[in-house]
Amino acid sequence: MNDIPGRASAVIIGAGIVGNSLAFHLARLGWTDLVMVDKGPMPNPGGSTGHASNFIFPIEYSKMMMELTRDSTEQYKELGVLTESGGIEVARTPERMTELHRRCTQAKSWGIPAQVLSPEEIGKLVPYLDTSVILGGGYFPTVGVVDSLRAGTLMREQAQQLGALEVLSGAEVLGIDKSAGGRVSGVRTTRGDIATDVAAICCGVWSPRIAAMAGARIPLTPIVHQMISVGPIPLFADTAGEIEYPIVRDVDTNMYERQHGGDMEVGSYAHRPIIVAPGDIPSNEEAALSPTEMPFTSDDFDPQLEQALELMPELLGDERAGIRYAINGLISMTPDGHPALGETPEVPGLWSVAASWIKEGPGIGRAVAEWMSGVTPEIDIHEADISRFYGHQRTTAHVVARAREGFNKMYGIVHPAEQWESGRPLRLGPAYERERELGAVFIETAGWERPNWYASNENLLERYAGKLMERTGEWESRWWSPVINAEHLAMRDAAGLVDLSAFAVLDVTGPGALAAVQSAAVSQLDVAAGRVVYTSLLNEAGGFVGDLTVMRLGPRHFRVVTGGATGMTDLQWFAAHLPADGTAAVTDVTSAWTTLGLWGPRARDILASATDSDVSNAGFAFGTCQEIELGGATVLASRISYVGELGWELYAPIELGARIWDTLWAAGRPAGLVPVGIGVYGTTGRLEKGYRAYGAELEGEYTIVEAGMARPKVKAQDFVGKAAYLEQRAAPPAAVLCTLTVDDHTSASGELRYMLGGEPILSTAGERLTDALGRPSYVTSAGSGPSVGKHLLLAYLPPDRAVEGTALAVEYLGERYPVTVAVAGATPLFDPANDRIRC
Amino acid sequence: MEIAVFVKRVPMVGGKVVVTADGQDVDTRMSGFTVSPHEECAVEEAVQIVEREGGSVTVVTLGPPEAAEQLREMLALGAQQALLLETDGREWGPIATAAAIAGAVTRRADGGEAPYDLLLFGNESADTGGFQVGIRVAHALGLPVATGIKRLERTDGGLRAGREYRGVQESYDLPLPAVLSVKEGINLPRYPSLPGRLRAKRAKIGSYQPQWQAEGLRKVGLRVPQEARKRAEVLGTGTDAVPALVALLDELGVLP
Repeated sequence: MNDIPGRASAVIIGAGIVGNSLAFHLARLGWTDLVMVDKGPMPNPGGSTGHASNFIFPIEYSKMMMELTRDSTEQYKELGVLTESGGIEVARTPERMTELHRRCTQAKSWGIPAQVLSPEEIGKLVPYLDTSVILGGGYFPTVGVVDSLRAGTLMREQAQQLGALEVLSGAEVLGIDKSAGGRVSGVRTTRGDIATDVAAICCGVWSPRIAAMAGARIPLTPIVHQMISVGPIPLFADTAGEIEYPIVRDVDTNMYERQHGGDMEVGSYAHRPIIVAPGDIPSNEEAALSPTEMPFTSDDFDPQLEQALELMPELLGDERAGIRYAINGLISMTPDGHPALGETPEVPGLWSVAASWIKEGPGIGRAVAEWMSGVTPEIDIHEADISRFYGHQRTTAHVVARAREGFNKMYGIVHPAEQWESGRPLRLGPAYERERELGAVFIETAGWERPNWYASNENLLERYAGKLMERTGEWESRWWSPVINAEHLAMRDAAGLVDLSAFAVLDVTGPGALAAVQSAAVSQLDVAAGRVVYTSLLNEAGGFVGDLTVMRLGPRHFRVVTGGATGMTDLQWFAAHLPADGTAAVTDVTSAWTTLGLWGPRARDILASATDSDVSNAGFAFGTCQEIELGGATVLASRISYVGELGWELYAPIELGARIWDTLWAAGRPAGLVPVGIGVYGTTGRLEKGYRAYGAELEGEYTIVEAGMARPKVKAQDFVGKAAYLEQRAAPPAAVLCTLTVDDHTSASGELRYMLGGEPILSTAGERLTDALGRPSYVTSAGSGPSVGKHLLLAYLPPDRAVEGTALAVEYLGERYPVTVAVAGATPLFDPANDRIRC
Repeated sequence: MEIAVFVKRVPMVGGKVVVTADGQDVDTRMSGFTVSPHEECAVEEAVQIVEREGGSVTVVTLGPPEAAEQLREMLALGAQQALLLETDGREWGPIATAAAIAGAVTRRADGGEAPYDLLLFGNESADTGGFQVGIRVAHALGLPVATGIKRLERTDGGLRAGREYRGVQESYDLPLPAVLSVKEGINLPRYPSLPGRLRAKRAKIGSYQPQWQAEGLRKVGLRVPQEARKRAEVLGTGTDAVPALVALLDELGVLP
């Protein structure tokens, strides 16, 4: 009992692939006196790593996940535990065949080898597959399998050899202690207590249980993934290593078949979602196999057996081959499918390194180790930041509902605008009922219901016939309507009313407020009260971590307004950069304020008719904010625009929001005011103006200079990322963000096709474009530009291609379409001089 | 040969058994169910006999409706028919169970179906371990019985069953019909094939509710006995451990 270290620089809880790689990378970065604890035995303590099927497909729906997978694959390769087998996703339906074309195109964007194959070609690679069942497939030759337990052991041992790590197995965590200030102060285990101010939870399915000991929440749930192993397979008898034949993902049935030595492993995500509460997972001693290898429920798997037999009748139908192993394996699922990484917002010093698969483990270990060391992770992992979750998203009900919904979509055909259905409606703006009456078609952002367009505007379709760039392809028409483009044109002709309740609103206040916002943001915020400033937020490496506006409301009062999707990470950012002396505070006041946008050439007339306040250009200049009287209420009006029109964001107390809506509605209808949805606000209006969006154009890998947003001067005051930013400004950019127009939409079949984002930009000869840093050119945002009559694409291009008028191509569904660089840099394509905004 | 194999649905437990709060049952919320290992061997033995000389294997269980799951598992291993003697949640001890099983055997013969030539049991169930049901069934039906069997051969008109008792090999010749209870080790049970599992899924399971009867044995409660802590000895690490390991394997008699 006394042989354990009493003190550690950090305690890593969990010895699965994540904990081991975190330990290794921390040791590599110079950490010493690390302690790893696990309740189970080494090298397989009983978590999900121990029963993983261990194969890695390089292609992902998210760029972050793709990068984490790519890094992990490299690390596995270096450790010598990777066997490349190739992998094929087979299609049983025409929809899937199209999707596989899309995936191969996506792979091309990111430089991943991929190829669409015919059934015959697949039959040559996988001789035991009945090709009459499939229409074809997508072949990814770099798919491989890894020995994740071996990899974890090697990484753990390397950390030990560096003298940086002590490992305690059989040590169950009993509690996590906190100091008076609320920071982690120690970890109590069955083998003794360890004082530390950093604890990293790498506990997979147990993570919520461990986090709860410190009063933090990690929103994930254990969920069952069924897997069987069938053997001995006579065909595999002579296999020398672990695998010789490509892994087959039978994606239409949510299954995979993967050779494992003499056996064939068959796994499924098709069965009913089986949720297990973290507290119900049996202990190592109670479990018949291991805690995460729960008893197999064969009834759930039977339908999948039939589908597997259909695909591989002879191999799996062999009576001599038996189901030698069958489990309900537990894996982790979060509400949005991304990992939960970073210091928990509730408890300083408590890090979540959870909800990782084998394919991301080492990449996550590296990224979080960098983060814990104060180094900007090379891979932008903001989509996995645990602070992204709102309160409602941390509830068990939400986590379970979304995990259930997401489970059967594991191999689904996921649309870029894919919508969740469970747990809605949840967050409702004050005008929600009015919007419903207007036939709003809602999409969800951070729990908010946001009108994407309004059926009541269908009458505009006739007025704007011929200008609506109507789509016939089912894929591009999903969560889209020509009404969006009609709303856009009506707004540019008269005015539009946009519900922006989903904005997150954060107040930074106190004597130290100015210092706080100055250090957190790039732009000069020591401005007069009443000024509105658009600013980026950078990390130390000069990569984007945010993009938002700040209103100065008083000497000690700044109001930060940001997108709903990033509200919680931005809150965390400002909270982390408050002065240490406690002279400033940041408060989330989102639930106090609703926001309505009023934009268009008639916006001033409409507002003026409803208020006695002076809203003339002289009385209310662009880039300023002031309180005005509207509908018997005091409203904070901010004259800025994300759609390129004259107008205001109007902030009203939330209980007066419906009243303000009614007031503007009554004043505006005679002038041609229409309700306008997020389809215009987030896409068409934005793209015509070339406005960059965080998470699309603005991300960790690119810079302010490359995004074309560098101002003539850099403020004298210090801010996070300043040194890196100054360096970026001193050198020519390696890429330039451009607006491209699609010149011809006609596909081989004659149907007009419209890109949605993520497609590779190619030379006219079809070659991939990459910049000097090896970054490929791909579409970061795409959408209609109804006022310019073109479909618009944003993409970073190498400087020699970023020349206006340059002819290039974009690949979509395996076909190439001609595009032209319309704008190199940030100048808007529509109203380049911004006359409409500043009038 | 017509063979009936009798199996019992029992909790699949790990190294540590958890009892429910009321002390009446094993906590099975997070564990699965299986049949006793001896019974799995009994099924394998029956399937092999039928594969050799024809006939059919019927698996029979007495238990709740959920026990159909275990019958299907056995069907997947090659049994042809299954019968569920469905209970109503009351406690069934060895007397009641044996009576119900004997009733089922008689009922089959009375129903005009080919009577069983062989009734196979596991030596004892994995949960209650009463060692009684097979013997009681044999007694009720007036059939010869041998227990603890680990070898089985066909003889002219009967079976030769072998077992080991305190180092002595015993051998019994039994005429048919007969009752045997077998032990793990008599064979290596097969795994279910995919086609087997699918056949089992589609198979029809016969069932009826036998009459319960009172008996002497009653469950008062369950308690997990205090076990001596398991000890592990580290023989060494790396190649240094090899001599000690070889010596141990030699002692265990597993080296050629």
